[in-house]
This record gives sequence, structure tokens and C-alpha cells, in this order.
Amino acid sequence: MGRPIRFLLDGEVREIAEVDPTLTVLHWLRYDLRRTGTKEGCAEGDCGACTVVLGELDGAGVRFRAVNACILFVPMLDGRALFTVESLKRDGELHPVQRAMVENHASQCGFCTPGFVMSLYAHQRSGAATDTATLKDALAGNLCRCTGYGPILAAGQAMGADPQAGDLEALAMALMGIQPTERLELLHRGRRFLAPRTVAELAAAVQQYPHATILAGGTDVGLWVTKQHRVLSTVISLNEVEALRSIDDLGGAIRIGAGVRYVDAHPILGEIHPSFGELMRRLGGLPVRNLGTVCGNIANGSPIGDMPPALIAAGATLVLRSGAETRNLPLEDYFLAYGRQDRQAGEFVEAVIVPRVPPNRIFKIFKLSKRLDQDISALCAGISVGLEDGIVRDARIAFGGMAATPKRATALEAALAGRPWTEGGISAALGALDLDFRPIDDMRASAGYRLQAAKNLILRAVLETTHDTPRVLDLEAVGHG
Amino acid sequence: MADAGAAPDLSPVLHAPLAHDSAKKHVAGEALYIDDLPEPAGLLHIHVGQSARAHARIIRLDLSAVRAAPGVVCVLTSADVPGRNDISPIAGDDPMFPEGVVRYVGQPLFAVAAETQPKARAAAALAVIEYEDMPALLTIEAALAANSILEDRQTMRLGDARAEIAAAQHNLSGRLAIGGQDHFYLEGQVALVIPGEDGDLHVWSSTQNPTETQHLIARCLGLRDHAVVVEVRRMGGGFGGKETQSVHYAAIAALAATRTGRPAKCRLDRDDDMVMTGKRHAFVTDWQVGFDHAGRLAGAAFELASRCGHSADLSIAINDRAMFHSDNAYALQTAEIISHRTRTNTVSDTAFRGFGGPQGMMGIERAMDAMAWSLGKDPMDVRLANLYGVSGDLTPYGQTVTDSVSYELMTELERSCDYRARRLAIQAWNADNAHLKRGLALTPVKFGISFTANHLNQAGALVHVYTDGSIHLNHGGTEMGQGLNVKVAAVVADVFKVPLAAVKISATRTDKVPNTSATAASSGSDLNGMAAFNAARAIKARLTDYAAREFGCAPEDVTFSPSGVTAGDTALSFTELVRRAYFARISLSANGFYRTPEIHYDRARHQGRPFYYYAYGAACSEVAIDTLTGENKVTRVDILHDVGRSLNPAVDAGQIEGGFIQGMGWLTTEELVFDAEGRLRTHAPSNYKIPTAGDRPDAFTVRLWDRGENAVETIHRSKAVGEPPLMLAISVFSALTDAVASVAEHQILPRLDAPATPERILAAVMDVRTRKALGVAGHV
Repeated sequence: MGRPIRFLLDGEVREIAEVDPTLTVLHWLRYDLRRTGTKEGCAEGDCGACTVVLGELDGAGVRFRAVNACILFVPMLDGRALFTVESLKRDGELHPVQRAMVENHASQCGFCTPGFVMSLYAHQRSGAATDTATLKDALAGNLCRCTGYGPILAAGQAMGADPQAGDLEALAMALMGIQPTERLELLHRGRRFLAPRTVAELAAAVQQYPHATILAGGTDVGLWVTKQHRVLSTVISLNEVEALRSIDDLGGAIRIGAGVRYVDAHPILGEIHPSFGELMRRLGGLPVRNLGTVCGNIANGSPIGDMPPALIAAGATLVLRSGAETRNLPLEDYFLAYGRQDRQAGEFVEAVIVPRVPPNRIFKIFKLSKRLDQDISALCAGISVGLEDGIVRDARIAFGGMAATPKRATALEAALAGRPWTEGGISAALGALDLDFRPIDDMRASAGYRLQAAKNLILRAVLETTHDTPRVLDLEAVGHG
Repeated sequence: MADAGAAPDLSPVLHAPLAHDSAKKHVAGEALYIDDLPEPAGLLHIHVGQSARAHARIIRLDLSAVRAAPGVVCVLTSADVPGRNDISPIAGDDPMFPEGVVRYVGQPLFAVAAETQPKARAAAALAVIEYEDMPALLTIEAALAANSILEDRQTMRLGDARAEIAAAQHNLSGRLAIGGQDHFYLEGQVALVIPGEDGDLHVWSSTQNPTETQHLIARCLGLRDHAVVVEVRRMGGGFGGKETQSVHYAAIAALAATRTGRPAKCRLDRDDDMVMTGKRHAFVTDWQVGFDHAGRLAGAAFELASRCGHSADLSIAINDRAMFHSDNAYALQTAEIISHRTRTNTVSDTAFRGFGGPQGMMGIERAMDAMAWSLGKDPMDVRLANLYGVSGDLTPYGQTVTDSVSYELMTELERSCDYRARRLAIQAWNADNAHLKRGLALTPVKFGISFTANHLNQAGALVHVYTDGSIHLNHGGTEMGQGLNVKVAAVVADVFKVPLAAVKISATRTDKVPNTSATAASSGSDLNGMAAFNAARAIKARLTDYAAREFGCAPEDVTFSPSGVTAGDTALSFTELVRRAYFARISLSANGFYRTPEIHYDRARHQGRPFYYYAYGAACSEVAIDTLTGENKVTRVDILHDVGRSLNPAVDAGQIEGGFIQGMGWLTTEELVFDAEGRLRTHAPSNYKIPTAGDRPDAFTVRLWDRGENAVETIHRSKAVGEPPLMLAISVFSALTDAVASVAEHQILPRLDAPATPERILAAVMDVRTRKALGVAGHV
């Protein structure tokens, strides 16, 4: 039924008419095409051994994104250009990225290497900066167990500019040539994949299949398939709905559509408050941020999603759509219980509206995890405090990782009101957190740590405003600032 | 090659920073790992059904639905094993499939071979298993209380340490818990088996130990060793995790291939791999030291206890190595080292880079910090005062340390990294910062080189010279990324003075070089480099004799150089000499053999010379912690390491940096969490956190010691480098302890266990503050 999936691989148009709708690109590459350069290291988007690059039409240009092939479904290639490690050599000669890797001794066992090459390739084609900090961020989604990363970072600094910059126009033309005009609808052994192209089409599809899995970036849904081995009968992708990919400035707030990926929301959220920018830098690795969406992080209702506590503290509103109807609700009200959200059958998250943080408000976001980069938080905090003459007038404080859902600390908020925003002033209020939360022990942290650290984070928020105390993350070696 | 008309490549190959032999293939995705090989027609895919319980009797194992599931070709249980149902390397206690009783969560219980991997997995889920739970011992403490041990406790003694400690001017003691570590090789366990005629099997396995894989498959299947060929081109990482643990999955695939007559592949996905395969051993170490006012040891006592899992695997040797390294680089004067090896209902822990050495060293390094702080001294000074070569040379196991360069390394590094000035700067910084604290530590590593099981210290190699001058090299070592092949190839190329490209490195195969040892114990280039050297020299000697005869000169007047061979007045290319030698019916193939000389060990008394030599290094790490959250960061690392005369400085530097970062992960972010039912909760990179690029400090220097030269006759006086650098990361742990101790001006010894996660650091900070507030005397 309908048209095939159509995309570019090595510049050639590929068409796939019949495919398991949740077949991963990694599986398709390795076992159908026997293009085995792309490796499976974890099948959950955490190690980057499967990194491939997508080229996507962006106006008249092409946007390059490193993504995890292990959690990318084949239909998500529709209308895009796919590059794998095998795509890079020209006339038998290594690509400059590959050459820099060899010359810097950046491979040992070699298994993670194709993934690093592709992350660096995307970085180079995007024209991104190659200072160490930027490279570390770009590579945080690629794990190497052999090298210790130094030689790979050196390769990133040595790889030079994109030698194929001249081909961009031709690539853009080729991409234009395969842009779909009609929606993708695949049927495979009774299972269905729909990719509507307008909000109305999407709304209708969700009404028609109220129990369908709604797919955005797939950085969570992908794992249902690769880790939980679930068979998804109907998948509705919102990736091709252009209207949902927009970020709208509403003046006092911004509206982030359901299709907006982390990487695209990062700059505007960083503008709302730098604290948001740092949170997003540490959210997943770049390949995850290149696929995953802010609204997806909310919609799935995870108690440890990084975005909700910060967004709740900021006073965000969620927009849900059912058919032609929309309703708005305070974000904190969306999370009902573990695994249960205020989303009805036939309804989907259309957008989140994030108010700008008034300049006179204290706004802090904290994320605690075992590893600084690309880790799931043990504890996430969003803290927004209004002061009047140094006294707390009102506080909006939300935590993730402390309960079965992201949740406001209402007792603490009340206890803080009227107290001086000083170390001594707030200390007596912190006990209220014991009323707000009864966290659990799990592999990320103990209940005791969570509760203690949550209290200390309030203290840290005070210290950062009153004493300008830096974060440990920002420290360099002694004598270097 | 050299004869193709191009100018000959005259660049030296030995001691040169040559790229990894597979580097160009790695970066192009052209290096083939086992799952990348073309799949043979009729290939079966295996999924392994696992125990859900830590310790239970199997009341019912009904696999009828599994057998009936779509795509299933065969289902394997212990009843299908035709030979001995055991895949253990030594002790005979590790069944391929258990009979009646399961002993850990994740233990392979049965296997399904099906037309596709998803079908095999889906079928396995249909198994009906009823368990009757039995008491499960999950921790060291529980196992010790139940006296569940692999063997009697072991004791190593030097003098009367207890008496010396008691009589010393000062004594201190403490306890340190040290977590395990998952290997997290990027390529999981995988094997492919193709059956041949006569029941023969060709096995491609991602293993560090092809010979043992061959022998154990033969034993399980009731075959002779000669019926099984095991081949390894490369592994996507090993780190010890494929020394024994790879055998299980190769054996299951071999059994499936034998039962069905079809090729079979067994590849574990990441979660299964992490749940089913053994890890670095967790330890609990009690330490006690006696010392004088100057911080010089009078004696040290250690009581080590480790969690070994449900079977012995290599745990005996691993715990022995922990004992051997309880002194690290220090002359303890007198010592008592007691070791308990507990048997638990957890996965069988195994070799991991350092092989018990890292855990062994942790106790004495904690003691060094404690001694220094109790005396108000800089830990650097106490370390220097106790080094071998400074305060003594006799180890607790009776070997005399004659090659120590620890003092030279540490003092050179102290100067080059500006240790003293930074110590002062950090003290000042800490005085100004109430909530953030910095720490600094410079620690040594001394690591004994040789397998402690003496018979393993042997190696073989096979070299063929073809008539076009190209050379085929095979040796018993396996390539897991450590650059062994390029090192050995350089050794061979140097013998003939030919370019590296003339030497073809080939897959390790049990039918080319038999009865090899695992590529482990950092021994790869020491053993195989020497064996290949011997093989190449044998051929060279024949060529030399032939040339002397042919061209009428003395053998001494035959010389090989990069520009060719001269024999008296005659000059010819290497290829021409080889061609002529062929027509003169000279054998151009040789095998080489090497065994490490001079080593011996009496395990009953724990005395002897187990190590041919020691590798040395030192590292200085600087860290910062947040005392409100326990968050931490390594801000600077400086390393000076002795690799002897490096065979390949680029490869060696890579081993040092990579080993350090891996050790840093072990001691900081990598936490294995088992729940109360014995299930591993951290079985994927989403919740088991190895270091990322961001964890590597920008200020990171690695230097090879330019005066390095092995005191004993190793291959070109180089030193082993695979494992020792991992333990340089103890400097990070010590620096973190230093930062925690600074919250009470080093008056109270922190109770910081490993890994030092934010949670443990925060707890240690709060504990130090509490004890300080209570006025509790600190250094006990």
C-alpha cells in the first residue's frame, strides 16, 4: 500500500517498499545489506558504536546529524540521506577524518572507531568548532574503552575543514528530488507505520488508532523494541509534521512543538536561562539530542526525565490535542502516577509552552549523576525563587528522581516563603523536604543520598546567588582558573 | 613490495611510533569482527536461556513450548553435552549447563538454536521453569560468615609483622571496600562455529585464549583436540573478560553445530553479556601498619577477602596476585598477608587488567595516606621513604627487588608536574573555599611481570618467508587492540631488515601455533615477540649460512640492511636472496619457541621468584569535589611510566592513557549494583557508567621514561605495558580521599570506599564532619 520509503545512501536513491516498521537501521545495514562497518555495542543509544550520519534538507542547505542507528527505525530515513562509515572513502583514499584518526593513533581495538569517525564526520560537515570542550560534547555519546579519548580528541582537532563542502548543493538537490509529497503509510504483516505530514493528519491518525505508539525521536521508543523486545502494532510518527518542528516566540514565553529535538531547543532554552543550556548539554549524548525531543521527554512520563523538573520550575504549560480540540494544563498536572499521565486515548502532546524567566528571579537547575556527561540523573532539581528585599516571596521547586513522577516540593516551597535567602535563613526550612518526598533506593542512588543531596542543592542555590560559589564541573586544575 | 621498483623503505620499524596494523581498516569499518564475517548458509542463531534465581533447585524445566516455537531447530540442555559438562579452566566446577541446581542469576540453563536471533530469543521466553529457592550468599560478608570459600585461606609472611606493628612508635588500621568492574569491551562475547567432515569444528571466537577454547570444546564434545581449530583475528576489546569467559559461548555454539550439523553463532547482546559474564573481583581489605615518627614502616598486615562468584574460574591466581601486590612499591619490612576467597551466588568473577593487583595495592596506598596525615606529613614524603630501593628490597614472598626505579620516577615526576607548589596552592585554595575542596596525590606502581602459574610462561610462533620476499607471521598471542601484532611484526621485520609492509600479520590459529597461553598478564609482546624473534632468527641463520656458502664469505660477513643483503662483495636484495635460497632447497619456514627463564614459585609456602621483572610507573592526579553533592572532577593528570626500551612508543602511550582512564572509571563512576535477589541492576551503559571523553582532564600528560631499559633480557629490553598503567589511577582515588580529608584539615581519616561515586564522597564528607564535631580521634 502507498509509496515506498525513499532515501539516499552514498548519494544513490534507495527505495524500500516492504519492511518491518520497527526494524532498526543498524539491523538493516548489518544483516540485510551486510554493510558491517557500523557496529552494535549496546542497542540502546548509549555507546555510539552504531553512529551514522543523517543529511536532512534545511531550507536550501543540508543539516548533518550524527544519530544512533541502533534505535533508529528504517522508515525514519524517509526523505533523508544516510551516511555510514563505508560512505567516506573516495577513490580508495581515506577521508581526512579517517586519516586524522590513523595519524593520531586513535583506534586500538577498533570496534568503537566507526562510530567516532561518524560523529567527527558530522561535526566536520556541520562546520562546528574543534576546541576541546566542543569536541568533548560532540563525542560524549561515543564510548571508547581502549584509548582514554586523548588521541580521538587530537584527531578531531587535526581533521580540518569539510573537504566535501562543494558537494552540498548537489546533495541538497538530490534531497529535494526525494522529498515526499504524500504521507508515508506502511503495512507489514498487519502492523502499521504512519507518518502524517500535517497536524490535522496526525490528529486524525491518533483518533483513528487511539492506542498507537506515538513516535518522535525514538530515543525511548527505540528501546522498547531493542531492549524490551516489544512488538509495536501501530506506530504513528510525528517526525514529518513540519508544523510541530517549530519554536514560536510568544513574547513572554516560547512554544516548543512536539517535533522539536533537544538539539534545536537547546539554543532558545539556553537563552531563557543558561541553566537550561547546561542541563541540555548533559542530557544524553549528541546523537540522542539529535533525535530526541523535548516533548517526548515529557510525554513518556519517566520519573527521571531531565526536562520536566526544570520546566515545571519555570512554570511550563503542556498543550495536548485531541482531534481539533486542544487543552492546556500546568506541566506538573500531567504526571499522575508512575507510568500514568493525563493523556487520553486519541490525544497527543502537541507542544510545551515555557515562560521566560524574569531577570529578577533566582533560577537554578541541578542534575546529579554518577558520571557528569551522558548519564541518567539520580536526581534533578529545578528551582525558581522570587525574592523581595532578600526574603523569599514565592518558590517553585520541582524534583525528578525523588518520586514516581516529576513532582513539586510543595511543603518546601511553603516552608521557604518568608525566609531570608541565606544559608542560615533557609536551613530550618529544608526539613520540609522529608514531607514532600520518600525517595527509593535504586542503582543510581540511595534514598538517603537523594534526600540529603536535594536539601544540599537548595543550599547550593543560595550559595551560588550569595557567594558566587562555582560548580565543581567548571573547575580547572589549580593555577588554571 | 621492495622489488616493485619503488625506493625501499629504510625507516626503522623497531622503537618507532608505528600505527596499529589495523588502523586503516578500523577507521574505514573494514576490520572484520566475528559478527561481520559473511554468514554461512544455514546459519543457526543461538539465544541462551538463563537462571532467574541466585541459588535454587530446578524442580521443573519444561522446554516443550520452546522446541515447538517457530524457527527453532534445536534446544540444548546438560543432557545434550556428549563429553564432560564443564567449561572451567582449572577447577572442574563450571558446567556448560547446570544439572539440578542453579548458582547465580544469569547462569546459562539451556540454549535455543533457531533460524534467526529474534526467533531464538522469543522461543527461549516460552520455557517453563520452576525453582525451589535455596539460601543465596551474595556478599563477601555473608560468604565469610557461612565459611563459603573456594580454598583455605592463604597466608604470606615476612618476619613477625604483628609483633613489629605492636612495638612500633605508631600504628594505624582501617578497612576499605573495593567494588568490582565490568570489562565493557565494546564487542560483546561472540563465537561462530562451522562443522566440517569427521565431526571436526572450525571455531571463530572473540577470545584471548584460543588454545583453551579448543581444548574445552573438545572436552565438552568428547572430541580430540585435533578435531577443533580455533581462530581469532581480532577482538573488539578483551581486558581479561575474554580470557576464560568467552569459552562458554563458543562451546554452546560448538554444541549446537555438532548436534545439528549446521553452522551456529552465539552472540550475547550487551545486557546478557553484562549479566552472564564475570567481572573484576570486589574486595574488602583490612589493613594495619606500624611505623616510626619519620613515617617508615615497621610492618604491615593485610587481610583481603574477595567475592569470587559461584565457581573458581581464575580466582585462585587472581587472589594470589592481590597478595603479591599488597606491598605495591614499598618495602614493608615485615608483613602478614591473609587472603580469603569466598564462593558466592553471583557470576564467576574473572581476569580483568591487573588481575587482582589493583585491589591488592589499594590497602597500602590508603595506609600511606593515613600514616602521612597522622604525622602531619605530605603523603609524597612517606611514600618516598618506604620505596623499594630506599628502605629495603625484600618482598613478602621472598623475591628480592633489584630493578626498582620508583624513586627516580616519583621524584622526576614530582619535579616535572610541580607537585610541591601545587600542594601549597591547593592548601591555600581549600582554606578559601568552604564547599568545594581540591585534592592531590602522587602514587607509584610496581607490577610483577610473568604468569604466576609457571607453565604459562611459554609461547610459540610460526614464520614463513615466501619466494617473493613476503613474510607470513603467526604467533600464539591474540590482538585485542593492544597493538601486539604490530609490535611482533616490527620485531620480525627488523630481523630481516625489511619494511613492515613485507610482513603479513595473520589470525591466531590453534592449528598453526599449538598449546599457547592466553594473551594475558601483560605478557603478549614479551612472550610472543621473543618466540617470533627466535623463529625469524632461525630462518635468517639459514639464509646467512646459505649466502656465505654461495658467495664465498664468512657468515659474519653476511649482513642484512634496509637496502638489501651483502655477502662479502656481493650485494643483492632480500627477495633475490630468498629466491636463490629456495632453489638451493633451503627451508624458509620456522617455528620459534620461548620460555621465560629464572622464575619459580612454591605456592604452598608462598615463597619464590614469581616475577621475571617488574614494571614501574607513577602518576599525579588532581581532583576537586563538591562537599554538598559529592560531585567530583579530575582536573589534571601527569604520568611518567617505564616501558623499558619501548618497542612502539605510540602503542605504549596508548596503553598507558587508556589503562589509566579505565582504572579511573573503576575507582569513580563504574558501580556494579546487585539487588537483594542477586540480580545485577547495572547491566547496560545507560546505568553502568564508564568514562566518556568529558571525564578526561584537558591537563593530561603521559611521558615514557626516557632512561627506561629492562634490566633482564626481554625482547629488545622492552617492558610489558598492558596492565600496569591501570593502577596509576589509584592516584585519583587517593586524591579524592585527600580532598575529603581536607574538610577536617587531614585530622580525620575518611572512610571512603571505591568506587568513589558522588554518593560515597558525600557520605565520607558528612562522616568526617560528624567525627570532627564529636571530637573523635581520627586516625583509627
